[in-house]
Amino acid sequence: MKIIQKIGLAIFLICFAIFISLLGLGKYQLTEVSFKASVTDSTHQALLAPNIQQMLGKTYDSKIDFITDYNKSLDKTNQKFKDNQEWDKVIYTDYALAITKNSTIGFVKDNQMLLFYICFVISALGGAIYMVADLFIHPVAGIKNNDIFKRSITSRGIIAIFFSVFLVVFYLFLYKAPAYISNWVLLVDPLSFSLTGGEASHWFLYGFLYSIIMLTMGIRMYVKYRHNTYQMVRTTSVIFFQLAFAFMIPNILTKLQLPAMDFKNMWPLDYTFFFDYRLDSLLSAGMLGYWMLGWGIFLFVVGVPVMVYFFGKRWYCSWVCGCGGLAETFGDPFRQLSDKSLKAWKYERVIVHSVLVFAVIMTAAVLYTFFTGASTILGINTYAIREIYSFAIGFVFAGAIGTGFYPLMGNRVWCRFGCPLAAYLGLVQRFKSRFRITTNGAQCISCGNCSTYCEMGIDVRAYAQKGENIIRASCVGCGVCAAVCPRGVLKLENLAEEGRFDIYTRPEEQ
Amino acid sequence: MKVVIIGNGIAGITTARHIRKQSDHEILVISAESEHFFSRTALMYIYIGHMKYQHTKPYEDWFWEKNRINLHKAYINTIDFDTNTLKTANREEISYDKLVIATGSVTKKIGWPGENLKGVQGLYSKQDVELMETNTQNVKHAVIVGGGLIGIEMAEMLHSRGIEVTFLIRENNYWNSVLPIEEAMLVSRHIAEHGINLIPNTELEEIIGDNDGRVKAVKTKTGKTIDCEFVALTTGVTPNIDFLKESALETDRGILVNDFLETNIPNVYALGDCAQFKNPKENHPPVEQLWYTGKMQGKALAKTICGQKTKYERGIWFNSAKFLDIEYQTYGLMFNKPFATEDTFYWEHPKGKIGMRANFSKTDGSLSGFNFFGMRFKQTVADTWIRNGNHISNCIAQLNEGFFDAEFNKNHHKKIVESFNTAHPKHQATIAKKKKFLIF
Ligand SMILES: Cc1cc2nc3c(=O)[nH]c(=O)nc-3n(C[C@H](O)[C@H](O)[C@H](O)COP(=O)(O)OP(=O)(O)OC[C@H]3O[C@@H](n4cnc5c(N)ncnc54)[C@H](O)[C@@H]3O)c2cc1C
Ligand code: SF4
Ligand code: SF4
Repeated sequence: MKIIQKIGLAIFLICFAIFISLLGLGKYQLTEVSFKASVTDSTHQALLAPNIQQMLGKTYDSKIDFITDYNKSLDKTNQKFKDNQEWDKVIYTDYALAITKNSTIGFVKDNQMLLFYICFVISALGGAIYMVADLFIHPVAGIKNNDIFKRSITSRGIIAIFFSVFLVVFYLFLYKAPAYISNWVLLVDPLSFSLTGGEASHWFLYGFLYSIIMLTMGIRMYVKYRHNTYQMVRTTSVIFFQLAFAFMIPNILTKLQLPAMDFKNMWPLDYTFFFDYRLDSLLSAGMLGYWMLGWGIFLFVVGVPVMVYFFGKRWYCSWVCGCGGLAETFGDPFRQLSDKSLKAWKYERVIVHSVLVFAVIMTAAVLYTFFTGASTILGINTYAIREIYSFAIGFVFAGAIGTGFYPLMGNRVWCRFGCPLAAYLGLVQRFKSRFRITTNGAQCISCGNCSTYCEMGIDVRAYAQKGENIIRASCVGCGVCAAVCPRGVLKLENLAEEGRFDIYTRPEEQ
Repeated sequence: MKVVIIGNGIAGITTARHIRKQSDHEILVISAESEHFFSRTALMYIYIGHMKYQHTKPYEDWFWEKNRINLHKAYINTIDFDTNTLKTANREEISYDKLVIATGSVTKKIGWPGENLKGVQGLYSKQDVELMETNTQNVKHAVIVGGGLIGIEMAEMLHSRGIEVTFLIRENNYWNSVLPIEEAMLVSRHIAEHGINLIPNTELEEIIGDNDGRVKAVKTKTGKTIDCEFVALTTGVTPNIDFLKESALETDRGILVNDFLETNIPNVYALGDCAQFKNPKENHPPVEQLWYTGKMQGKALAKTICGQKTKYERGIWFNSAKFLDIEYQTYGLMFNKPFATEDTFYWEHPKGKIGMRANFSKTDGSLSGFNFFGMRFKQTVADTWIRNGNHISNCIAQLNEGFFDAEFNKNHHKKIVESFNTAHPKHQATIAKKKKFLIF
């Protein structure tokens, strides 16, 4: 079985290596057809046409040269308009990804479907074999975090550092230079056509990757926690919400030419919800658009307080949310890396609540502009505020650091330090909720498993060893502390509010 | 006043923390094993790789200075009770006004031939884990001698490294000296399920070494020889008081104390694993070698030292453990046989990995204790029921109130009630109808 597990790993690694090497493969040739297919706006076509003439028909061996040439042509075009102060003609739309993708010829293009299967299907199967083999290697169900602190990848070793760098670089390209990963996007083009009726964007690729990673790593969760129904149900829930709500439904909406919406994503995590282009698209989509707008507002105005009151923050963070879903599947092997120190908790409170305040101010400013048309408030450009938020929080914090730092700081860096929605849910959970983690009397032996495996960096043991229930704004209710406790000390539950802060004292000590 | 505590285990540290909570006394904790307090109960997880040593420390390192608890890493060689001074191995002299001895235990060795060979060891201290790490490099086959709580932990540790484990126990089934036969069998089956070779009714005769002074085999009393490169001795621990044997302190197995944890010398106290009660409560062990008891004793002693003389009260007995993947919780005094005045009820899930037992009075049906296997139960509920002597029928009918398994886990209440009603037709339990209420 160990051999089969190794074979699974090898299959995955080979597929992964192919996936990476694709970035350097392929040739590029801009043709009239690929140009028109990519630059869909006919005015832009006309404006760009003179300057891309010299690229037409030329075969590029290197993607970098191709993108550089395209960018030069674009700059040349725009420079003229800027010099002439013809601001309305300047082209801001980013066609680089589409042009690069549609101009790809040669190996990658010719073997699109084969490579799709290798990179996504077979690699996932390899991963699945690796996970499932564990059923036979550890045939008896139970908590087995064996060697987690001895493996490089899960204990901040050299492999973890490489992996982290890889993830950060991936996010960098995804957000800032998707043209360079055009070959990956090319592979999911056929899928995108069948689902959405249009060609794939890098966000389609991201959503697709996200889903298969969650599925494969979800299998790992099923194997690992097969003795714990709470974990099984919860994992099923996050996978369902990712596949149905985050991936399928928005794509189907797009196909139906309706505004795409992830019905479970919620402001302020979904910080663009009130941005003008989204409001415009909703408001122009008739009844359904109004309903979508209403649903989005209902979620955070009514949904959060009511649901958190009855079930705690967990109903969202570890059952529904996409970020949480990735953290609970792909991120599970890294949960022990979160910092449990009091100092970290102090930073956490300041940072996460600051982001919440920032999100509220940014949204207020954006709405101010939307309703009044004035682009500045108190002399500050609302567009600038929104850009700063998108860059600093949306890209750097949530993406590059949030996921990129899994192997270094644990799987909930974003959720713990950055997510404004988590901050909001947390405030309700802390002050008005029936949820708590009950401590079982004086049974705690202070072993530290619970604290070690708390992805939110909560020092669970500090409460448990005092006989105190754990009620913390940040607790996402993943239930792993209770699962790893070797003495049955912890239980997540929703009970009456009164008495939730009580500390257990033995009758002899009262 | 200067309080000096020897031993930074759970007993010594709990005493120190609670003295600090209640007073401004100067506190000095002296210990030889580690700089800081750590959780002995978590040692196995370091070896298995679930945690690192740093994770086993229940308090961050700044905690001690902030709470003005002075720490000193040193070994105490002798105590001069006339001049109130301690002498360390480095010949330092430290004086005290009140002395607390909380020196814990050491692995019990019985004098087997070969017990000091290389590759033979027990598991008690941090150093033992480190030693085990080196001792088990390249080991293929290990033998564990003695089937208690530390034995099963060592079995799990070795097994996690893929080492073949032979587990010698004196009884017919694992820990049958404490567990009733059904539970002992349940655990024994689980041990076998893991591929650990449990050999019952077997005692060690001698440990055989090779030319380098390293263990190469063990011989049992039945004359069988088992080849192995590692031997774990887990036939128990004994109070760590050798350095006090020649002193004026009254000792037996442990340091003799009264219910106030006072020794025969004024201003000198002892608690935790190293203390032995002169007059233990009926059916209670004179030496309590548990995490929980060390903690409870420490709280009581801190009060006494701070001027509020307080008797140590054990309360309703409780304990817990984990046998590989099966958790165990027990409430009340539960031995391998019920007392003569008691009746017993045992239920086991058909798959044989979940079980529960309740003992109760033959005369009035009052509950006296519970055992739970593979099933979590609330201490507050069990404690109250046993304390109040609730009737067994009511307890069985209301088990739901105490179930502590994770949400969505299967609830076996109905089956337990059915089984109880068949086994004890005299006492019938009926589950109260669930109140139905609307959620919204
Ligand atoms: C592997 C293992 C697992 C366990 N699991 C459980 C469990 O699950 N549940 C449970 O209830 N109990 C468990 N126990 C028992 C429990 O850990 C002990 O009962 C408890 O730790 C004893 O605490 P203590 O403070 O009395 O002594 P210790 O923790 O032993 O502390 C005494 C300290 O004093 C130091 N010391 C001794 N002599 C001197 C000296 N002369 N000078 C200086 N320092 C000295 C020692 O080095 C030691 O550090 C377990 C024990 C072991 C070994
Ligand atoms: S895992 Fe359980 S026993 Fe260990 S410290 Fe946490 S609550 Fe206590
Ligand atoms: S306290 Fe427990 S349930 Fe809450 S986040 Fe931490 S591990 Fe998860």
